[in-house]
Amino acid sequence: MSAQDFSVARSTRMHRYVLIMGVLIVAALASFPFWAQVSFLRTMVTFFTLVALAQMWNLLGGYAGMISVGQQAYLGLGAYGLWLMGDVFHIHPFVSVILAGGLALLVALPVAPLIFRLRGGYFAIGTWVVAEVVRLVVANIQATGGGSGKTVISAARLPIDTRINGTYLLALFVAVGSILLVYFLLRSRLGLALTAIRDNELAAQSSGVNIFRSKLYVYLISAFGCGVVGAVVAMNLLRIQPAAAFSINWTAYALFIVVIGGFGSIEGPIIGAVIYFTLLQSLSQYGTTYMLLLGVIAVAMATKAPRGIWGIVTKRWNVHLFPVRRRLVLEEPPEPQGTTGAGAAGPVAEAS
Amino acid sequence: MDWANVAIQGILLGGLYALFATGLALVFGVMRMVNLAHGDLGILAAFVALFLVQSFHIGVLWSGLLTIVIMFVVGYLLQRGLLNFTLGSDDTRPIVVTFGLSIIIQNGLIMWFSADSQGLDAGKIENISIRISDKLSIGWFPLLVFITSIVVIALLQTFLNRTKLGRAFRATSDDREAAELMGINNRHIYGLAMAIALAIVALAGILLAVRTTFDPTQGPFRLIYAFEAVIMGGMGSIWGTLIGGIVLGLSQTLGSQAFGSGWGLLVGHLVFLTVLAVRPSGFFAKTVTA
Repeated sequence: MSAQDFSVARSTRMHRYVLIMGVLIVAALASFPFWAQVSFLRTMVTFFTLVALAQMWNLLGGYAGMISVGQQAYLGLGAYGLWLMGDVFHIHPFVSVILAGGLALLVALPVAPLIFRLRGGYFAIGTWVVAEVVRLVVANIQATGGGSGKTVISAARLPIDTRINGTYLLALFVAVGSILLVYFLLRSRLGLALTAIRDNELAAQSSGVNIFRSKLYVYLISAFGCGVVGAVVAMNLLRIQPAAAFSINWTAYALFIVVIGGFGSIEGPIIGAVIYFTLLQSLSQYGTTYMLLLGVIAVAMATKAPRGIWGIVTKRWNVHLFPVRRRLVLEEPPEPQGTTGAGAAGPVAEAS
Repeated sequence: MDWANVAIQGILLGGLYALFATGLALVFGVMRMVNLAHGDLGILAAFVALFLVQSFHIGVLWSGLLTIVIMFVVGYLLQRGLLNFTLGSDDTRPIVVTFGLSIIIQNGLIMWFSADSQGLDAGKIENISIRISDKLSIGWFPLLVFITSIVVIALLQTFLNRTKLGRAFRATSDDREAAELMGINNRHIYGLAMAIALAIVALAGILLAVRTTFDPTQGPFRLIYAFEAVIMGGMGSIWGTLIGGIVLGLSQTLGSQAFGSGWGLLVGHLVFLTVLAVRPSGFFAKTVTA
């Protein structure tokens, strides 16, 4: 085989169709406020926030290998951030949503170097401690309404149509934004660094990857994303309480969605969120049973199919909807018998 | 309440935290795995003990001993039947699986026993105390818990240092491949380590249940306190865990006394974070983190 017998490809023709489909789906979703019922719009907001939350959790856990059970710290901060920007500083709630993410990022900045001292499972519990600290602070001070929380008045006072439709479109934007964010991040230098760190931290370091900085960026981005999600949730509910905003359940949802859908893939959290949400609609009255069932599924998936449903799909059919991987395409040498060549798509080796 | 009284309570509370922490540290030491369901398993033990008391009308002492045996067996089976399969190259898997277990245990307990607070009644011992002066008295039960935790830690340390099996534990901890080459069955060792860890956390859960009320959602908090005791004490040092527990207990009770009841837990966490910032390897670190 000579040097010309292979090429490195990332996008294929299929990805163009995926892009067109994606644009069509998003356009269809964006049209919902014109014809769908309010209750349906509100349900969809929950779905979009779960997609975004799962993407952020997966970015941290699935790509950077940092399993966090404390992202509710930033989610809750985002929720309270909406109240702070909107009700205290009188910034328009829709703008406040983004600023709330900034607040979460600001808090994450000094937290990161501290908890990066811990590894693996102890890192996970460390993130939980941080979430507890934030929750206890918010619940204990009077300015934030203590344990009984606050109503986001600036959002509640918006005209109802503006609020419902605006929150819906914002949530859609956040969900799509989280997907695009992870996508472009993975295609960037940082994405390459993360993949290298995940595969072998020592080898990555000796190849010049700054591990601390790479992890820091990912942690901060995830905190920002979770903060924005929290603000959207607060926009949807209008009422924030420390027990709910900083609940460990947020992490449980994100973890279930990612583990069931597909750990370490962009498609996984989307699929996981659809499954989670469909189950939720039919089983929500059995709250405890539902959580128990999810726990069992997550444990089974993590032991039997650690890459989730999407992992099974990619293994079986070798499809990737998002071209983030570089694929080595080996070109078949022309055979004298002239067997019907499969074109350029010969055997494919992957570097993920 | 008098400061000295509060301080003594904090120290004694630290003993209970250390008891919760010991199993967590043991499992991490032997197989480099952090069991996120550790606290929930302690609470599960408390419910098992409660169930035994209620259904067979036996005393708390017998029910507790039986529960410890049950949890020992559960630990071995859990490790051999599930957790061993998650150990390997990908170190995120045991975290995900044990977190899933934590959710399963919590919700399972809520389904079975409801979310209500429960208590385990051990009789008179709960209320008697030693009077040292008019203002200073030490409850017998908290003292008993503290002494128990010291005895358990001493026994565990002796087991690890002096017995053949303990040597196998340490060998596996140091180098699992080399240990395997020397004829040690690592899977069995991991099973035993989890069995011992769950027996100890069962004891801790039962003592907690006698000391105060408990409900299905308390496990995560127990895990967090245990973790803080382990990290502050220094990973790899079992006696350090006791010191870490005491520091945490003291911080919480003194914090409550100084700033009001809502702030005690927060002060505990902040002391932990300060130790993490200033002395990340803890007070008595022995082994390097994996």
